Amino acid sequence: MTDTAATSSPLRRTALNATHRAMKAKMVDFGGWDMPVEYSGLIAEHMAVRTSVGLFDVSHMGDIQFRGPGSLAAVNRLCMNDASKLAVGQAHYSAMLYPNGTFVDDVVVHKLGENDYLLVINAGTREKDIRWVRDTVGMMPSSHINDFSDLYTQLAIQGPLAAKVLQKLTDTDLSTIKNYWFTWGKVCGLYNVMIARTGYTGEDGFEIYIPSDEPTSARVWGEILAAGAEFGIVPCGLGARNTLRLESAMALYGHEISDSINVYEANLGRYAKMDKGDFVGHAALEAITAAGGPKRKLVGLEMVDRGIGRDGYPVCSPNGTKIGEIASGSPAPFLKKNIALAFVPIEFAAVDTEVAVEIRGSLVKAKVVPTPFYKRPKL
Amino acid sequence: MAYPAEYRYTKEHEWIKIDGANGTIGITDYAQDSLGDIVFVDLPKVGATVEAHKVFGSVESVKAVSDLYAPVSGTVTEVNESLTAAPETINTDANTTWLIRITLSNPTEADSLLAAADYEKFVSEETGH
Repeated sequence: MTDTAATSSPLRRTALNATHRAMKAKMVDFGGWDMPVEYSGLIAEHMAVRTSVGLFDVSHMGDIQFRGPGSLAAVNRLCMNDASKLAVGQAHYSAMLYPNGTFVDDVVVHKLGENDYLLVINAGTREKDIRWVRDTVGMMPSSHINDFSDLYTQLAIQGPLAAKVLQKLTDTDLSTIKNYWFTWGKVCGLYNVMIARTGYTGEDGFEIYIPSDEPTSARVWGEILAAGAEFGIVPCGLGARNTLRLESAMALYGHEISDSINVYEANLGRYAKMDKGDFVGHAALEAITAAGGPKRKLVGLEMVDRGIGRDGYPVCSPNGTKIGEIASGSPAPFLKKNIALAFVPIEFAAVDTEVAVEIRGSLVKAKVVPTPFYKRPKL
Repeated sequence: MAYPAEYRYTKEHEWIKIDGANGTIGITDYAQDSLGDIVFVDLPKVGATVEAHKVFGSVESVKAVSDLYAPVSGTVTEVNESLTAAPETINTDANTTWLIRITLSNPTEADSLLAAADYEKFVSEETGH
């Protein structure tokens, strides 16, 4: 049982907290938020997202808006991907770096309009991020920065049948929204709701941003579940969210990315557009490349012998010398294997390399495998 | 949740059914519910000794590892091998899904275990319901 240590402040709650509790969700402290970890069962929820559709409350995530003629310059200085390449209605994965090339946070940057950008950031790093943003680019001219996190309830509808469910609730033709693009439309009777084809599960799906008052949030949550009933929709918690993103090899802050892991170690170099101009961390990334690249890398592992390698477990060479550590490890409910993302020295990073994971004192065989572990079928 | 009256219980949420010098051991309904979907069980081999209040194996769900503590000391006589392929049986019926059977080396140790009513009280105090 997890020990709830005495905290100075009570856990934060999303607008749907009472709804989750009424549905008898098991609740957990996630980064200071009282969140549902599972409703009907982690495996059932995970499988629903892979085979039909699931609904997540992800309102704990944050939203920082940049407005004004200087907003592109501010976003492009702050984040490593090239926001000047975005069209209105398009989003991309990016990250804010420290000057040493490690991560402040990963973000999804959305271009809402000329001079209007939205960064969606992690729950656990909200306050740190907004302080970092203001300290780093707050002085840049004509860029007005606002933390809108508390104004939105953010819901994720994910799975191969997600579009069918959401289409029942909106007149916007969802088939015109491509992956990582977004638009605004009337959803559940609410006007100008942002509908984004984004997510953290590796499946097709949408994230919608609705007003964060409790009655509206509860009503929309209920309408999505009602609309999805014929497709087998289930509410899903953070437990399934974690196993889904792990199967898709997506990073979690504090595990695959952090302030002690650099972009190349994390295998995210393709999102750092070194030619776009200067950004915070640029010089450090140049220096890492000039020095021959990272000395360790994030790789995918699959357990070969019986055992589950979990977060923090040592990764060893076959003879037992510790060479690294698992960043995230767990059973994979859809793949029915035990998988992990781990940092290992470059010499051990090739696919099929044999390693061992130390599990409660015993060495258990594992091997390096390609990532992502799971890729959704092309329809 | 039901806790059979003929079993005895530990504060680590194991149950033992004692029949003379033999014992059958499992985990409680509360334990399986807290763990969630069980995916892996690590049990000792036949012939191994287990020691009261010491770890004899583990049960894992997708999100957590939970050590198993022996309610009493003894020698393992049988292991439930079906749990290798179907560990989720524990979730379906924790009260009848046994993990190991032992011969007790010191039957008086059972006297310090909790009766069903005391275990139920302990659980409600621990969880506040």
